[in-house]
Amino acid sequence: MRLTTYLAKRIGYTVFVLIGLSILIFTLARVLPGDPARMALSPRAPEWAIERLREQLRLNEPLPIQYLYWLRDAFSGSLGESLVTRRDVLTDITEFLPATLELLLFALIFDVALAIPIGMLAGRKANTWVDNIVRGFAYIGVTIPAFVFAIIFLLVFGYVLQIAPTVGRLSPGVMSPPKITGLITIDSLITGNFSTFVDAISHLILPSFALALGPIAQEARITRSSVVENLNKDYILASISHGLPERRIILKYLMRPSLIPTISIMGLDIASLMGWAFLVESIFNWPGMSRYGIIAMLRKDLNAIVGVVMVTGLVFAIANIIVDVIVSLLDPRIRMIERAK
Amino acid sequence: MSNTLLNVEELHVHFKVYGGILKVLNDVALKVNEKEKVGLIGESGCGKTTTMRAIMRILPWNAIVPKAKIYFKGKNIMKMSDSELKKLRRGSISMIFQDPTAALNPVFKIRDQLFDIVRYTNLEVGKNLSKKETEEEAVRLLREAALPEPERILDSYPFQLSGGMRQRVCIAMALASAHDLLIADEPGTSLDVTIEDQILRLLKQIVEEKRTSIILISHALGAVKGFVDRVYVMYAGCIVESASTSDVFREPLHPYTKGLLAAVPKLTGGGVPEGIKGRVPDYMNPPIGCRFVTRCEYAMPICERKQPRMINAGNNHEVACFLYGE
Amino acid sequence: MFLLEKLKDLGVLSPRKTEDYKKAWYKFSRNPFSVAGLVIVIVVVILAILAPYVTPYPHHAEFFVDFANANQPPSLAHLFGTDQFGRDVLTRVIFGFRYSLIMAATILVIVTPPGVILGLIAGYYRDRWIDMVIMRIADIFVAVPPLVLALAICSVLEPNLFNAMMAVSLMWWPWYTRLVYGMASSLRMEPFIQAAEIIGASKFHIMFKEILPNCLGAILTKVTLDAAWVIILGSALSFVGLGAQPPTPDLGTMLSDGAKYMPTVWWITIFPAMAIAVIILGFNLLGDGVRDVFAAEAH
Repeated sequence: MRLTTYLAKRIGYTVFVLIGLSILIFTLARVLPGDPARMALSPRAPEWAIERLREQLRLNEPLPIQYLYWLRDAFSGSLGESLVTRRDVLTDITEFLPATLELLLFALIFDVALAIPIGMLAGRKANTWVDNIVRGFAYIGVTIPAFVFAIIFLLVFGYVLQIAPTVGRLSPGVMSPPKITGLITIDSLITGNFSTFVDAISHLILPSFALALGPIAQEARITRSSVVENLNKDYILASISHGLPERRIILKYLMRPSLIPTISIMGLDIASLMGWAFLVESIFNWPGMSRYGIIAMLRKDLNAIVGVVMVTGLVFAIANIIVDVIVSLLDPRIRMIERAK
Repeated sequence: MSNTLLNVEELHVHFKVYGGILKVLNDVALKVNEKEKVGLIGESGCGKTTTMRAIMRILPWNAIVPKAKIYFKGKNIMKMSDSELKKLRRGSISMIFQDPTAALNPVFKIRDQLFDIVRYTNLEVGKNLSKKETEEEAVRLLREAALPEPERILDSYPFQLSGGMRQRVCIAMALASAHDLLIADEPGTSLDVTIEDQILRLLKQIVEEKRTSIILISHALGAVKGFVDRVYVMYAGCIVESASTSDVFREPLHPYTKGLLAAVPKLTGGGVPEGIKGRVPDYMNPPIGCRFVTRCEYAMPICERKQPRMINAGNNHEVACFLYGE
Repeated sequence: MFLLEKLKDLGVLSPRKTEDYKKAWYKFSRNPFSVAGLVIVIVVVILAILAPYVTPYPHHAEFFVDFANANQPPSLAHLFGTDQFGRDVLTRVIFGFRYSLIMAATILVIVTPPGVILGLIAGYYRDRWIDMVIMRIADIFVAVPPLVLALAICSVLEPNLFNAMMAVSLMWWPWYTRLVYGMASSLRMEPFIQAAEIIGASKFHIMFKEILPNCLGAILTKVTLDAAWVIILGSALSFVGLGAQPPTPDLGTMLSDGAKYMPTVWWITIFPAMAIAVIILGFNLLGDGVRDVFAAEAH
């Protein structure tokens, strides 16, 4: 009940921020120096073609009018025509978004499945060789950007060792399962096509792991330091002094408070996942929205750029709301403060 | 003469810190008999809590214990296996921490925390309680700790309770397993004076009813006066004096104990209490001789060279000071 | 103001004393990792400044073609090998440091002052309309992952290094505003600020002479860590072709050029990748060291 009011507030604010974002990105795309129409075509394009594009993008109207047109279209389900695909940007995005979501989802699964146990282990073995190794690797993971990992993975696992495919979502000749969710792994499981599922997973491993390494390192570090901090807290010592079993202390009394900072930081890590996806998808030729976005950006496809940024903002906002809800479920103090407000 | 329950001998605890090693506990020895109420007195930072944590084997990771003999019912706690320790913690000794706010896990309801304790302490004696029995036992413990509306307490998070209530919850948790010895580490210090008084009365009533022993830690002699049978005075990681409560108040021997007593404000007036000049010594380079030497007004040349040993000044009144012979 | 100085001497006002620098340096120098970070950064800076004099083939930095020596593996003559045009990769990597550092320095110099000032104003006037305006705008800028916003802004500009720097500057200020906002809005409730208000110090004095000095540690930490971030961002932009353009020896451009020749001509890619890693590692270690110094001070 209280959670719903909180959610309603958050969603309301998100709508405000997204409208602000649309104004920002829409304005930037038109106010910054250079003629968008001329840049979108080529410098040598004939004048009449440029003029037609200006007309089509409504560039001859005053800026606020252009924006209102865009907003009206957006609410009626159109983000304008893409210069590259000649289709509505929304159609393009609905086609490419599932691939990006699948990639991000797998990166997140890797992230949570590895960061938390590694961080807990390093924290419990603080200042031993296990901890030092973990800290060393975590530092490297935080330091090296995802696209560099992607290139190294491509070279080492894709070309030299040849243990995983490096291009696309499925091997050539493998039929895509009927589209239900758009996530090939899930769709192939639903339709019982196990070999497609395995093929999809093998394509996901390298790009999603390259994306996940940074967040894994970051969250392992945070989990480690909060475990170290909590291990010396009186409440953990009290649990030990009451003779509770070690497993119960670690998996219950230590884990929950230690995970709160980790989950809180995940909002930022999701931002980095979504950002790096733009490069990693390009490197692995992953047919997702982010690669579509990069192509649009290189071709100055204004409608597509605005559309991709807006959808990215929307997905990011939803992810952040989910993170906040999880944190408030883990931490009753936050829950109560929110209620008091 | 009753049986010895806990016997600590030659307890040394050091801490590894960034700049070197803190030699905190130095040859601590103390004894608790069955059904005895013992007080451990000393100013903050003198190692009282460290001593108790050494007994419970819950020292932090950077603690080094170069030497220790801690016998509980004749068995050395330092050499206990994990399962023996678990048995000890679930069935014999329990500790109440100084700050109840820190001692309760902030993200779990009291129900979660207390139920676990009740369940596992009962499992140790072979009783596998049902959920309902666990709840009944938890409610009984909360009542025993004089908490009204136990059901409401169970459904609260620690931060929804007052400081006094939290400490009573901690007492209830301790009662689940303290069948022989209860260690209370300044149980009222973080609370206001009237609540502290209530807590101490409650503890006294409980240990007398249940006939368990208690070690009550305090930084003030006055606070333990009407409570404990015997007092250990601790200074800078050393026990400096031990005697029955009445002897300590009638005739304190160690200069430090005298200073502590002089620091107690008297109702009869006489201005601000004197206190003891100076500070606790640096644990990284403690004095070679008596650790109190830098602050002692009776300091003699020998005090700087040699560590005083506990000597019996008659009537089981022991003191570690060269003023009373070697 | 005489009274103000007097109170400061007494330690009533700003709790920060200027005499702590030696102590800070001592703390910093005790941690070998921080010192290693500092050394890396200094070496990279010196290499970048002296690039035309320390590199073996300075004329290979930009446009140069020598197909006879193209794609040579690492050797004594070319420690990092040569690229597809026969240019010395080592030379280009060292010149690449130049562009990375110029980018980091320019952006941080442009972004930090306005970001900090807006944060001070919004934090000091917390819950007034000006706070609302500034922070809601900042929220809009952080509603998209920073890399995505940078890519988007870059994409509507002519692709070159200058525009990439402008694009990143345009989107980076809210992070400073948010940092300082949080600190300023809690600092303004501190007794030493309230004391300054009671004796009638000006708003300007309170914001810049009382609150700001107490935020400097956090700002400096963020600037150091952000230097790494900006370098990553810059290389990412040029990697996708929205930043510096060939033949500029930018580390990101070199990476994307080299990626086409993988895996046989691995050295064109791997050495710039390692260069990025080293420079980022340096700034991160340095930043962590700076943070530790100020965190210890705050205790």
